[in-house]
Amino acid sequence: MARSGRKLPEINSSSMADIAFLLLIFFLVTTTIATDKGLTLTLPPKADPNQPPPDITKNQRNIFKILVNSSDRILIEDEPVTDLTGLRNQVKEFVLNFGKVDEESMTLYNTLPASLKALAKQSDISSDNPTEAVISFKADRGTSYDIYIGILDELQGAYYEIYGDRVGLTADEFRALDRKKPDDMELYSKARDGFPMNISIAEPTKIGGN
Amino acid sequence: MAKFKKKSNTSQDIPTAALPDIIFMLLFFFMVTTVLRESTIMVKQSIPKATQLRKLEQKKLVSYMYVGKPNDVNKFGAEPKIQANDAFIEIDGIIQFIEEEKGKLAENEKDQITISIKVDDETKMGIVADIQEKMRDVNARKLMYAASRRSEE
Repeated sequence: MARSGRKLPEINSSSMADIAFLLLIFFLVTTTIATDKGLTLTLPPKADPNQPPPDITKNQRNIFKILVNSSDRILIEDEPVTDLTGLRNQVKEFVLNFGKVDEESMTLYNTLPASLKALAKQSDISSDNPTEAVISFKADRGTSYDIYIGILDELQGAYYEIYGDRVGLTADEFRALDRKKPDDMELYSKARDGFPMNISIAEPTKIGGN
Repeated sequence: MAKFKKKSNTSQDIPTAALPDIIFMLLFFFMVTTVLRESTIMVKQSIPKATQLRKLEQKKLVSYMYVGKPNDVNKFGAEPKIQANDAFIEIDGIIQFIEEEKGKLAENEKDQITISIKVDDETKMGIVADIQEKMRDVNARKLMYAASRRSEE
């Protein structure tokens, strides 16, 4: 054939990179990396209307009270506070107080690492043991969502730090545990054993807001 | 002093023939990881910051609700509203919305539905409390307050 002598036609591909760059930049700009992160919470089941609300038999010392009113003023254990910096440590000390010395709490106490044992003050006016301790958090309908999240964050942070310390992880590493993996699940249950996350969020009062 | 060879015979050019391939690889990475937003958000969304974030474990069990001041204040007013999918819903519509979302899941997963609420940080707690109340009514008890990361000091 006569073709053999001819040069093969070529497509000029030097601008390929430019085209790809253009597409890349388009996707870079339009991408919103999915923000599927946040504070998780399990709501309590709906109260049965036929049953009277259960009597609260807990001792005052086992309840750590946080109240926020509609102008975002915060009351922690009946003390007005202006910022939340000390809250996390207060909660940790409250939960780890071990005020009541009995067999059950001592067994739990002995499983703790030294860093957590140091927080146990065994005070009479603070919680009996971590299982009994409850953090009660009550906001108002007029409270800012921002403040609410800020406090909830500190409360969960205190618990995650305790859980992390029990198994030798940081709070971040503990939260990242994947409960579908058996190894991680084991660590997770070991950390939470005897330490339920007793954060009770009361229905907000209706003084402020709509 | 040691003598340095000034010139080598090897070519000094960096071959750029593979550049398009590298760029394409990046491009595909972004194309795959991009989640195109399914619905336009019609409320103001400035998500609060928090530190103790957790990731959602199973994405298919998650439904989203957006709460905030409507962008179009003239049309919808300045009071915070709830958006689910593409429309505003009232407090009473939440039950219906959650039931619909539950209907999309398999029977054994219905109780595991997670509602992620993305609430603007200027919102007051009242509307959030109403949502929680309705969620409890339909036994959808897993809740996530969407938040973005704040670096710990």
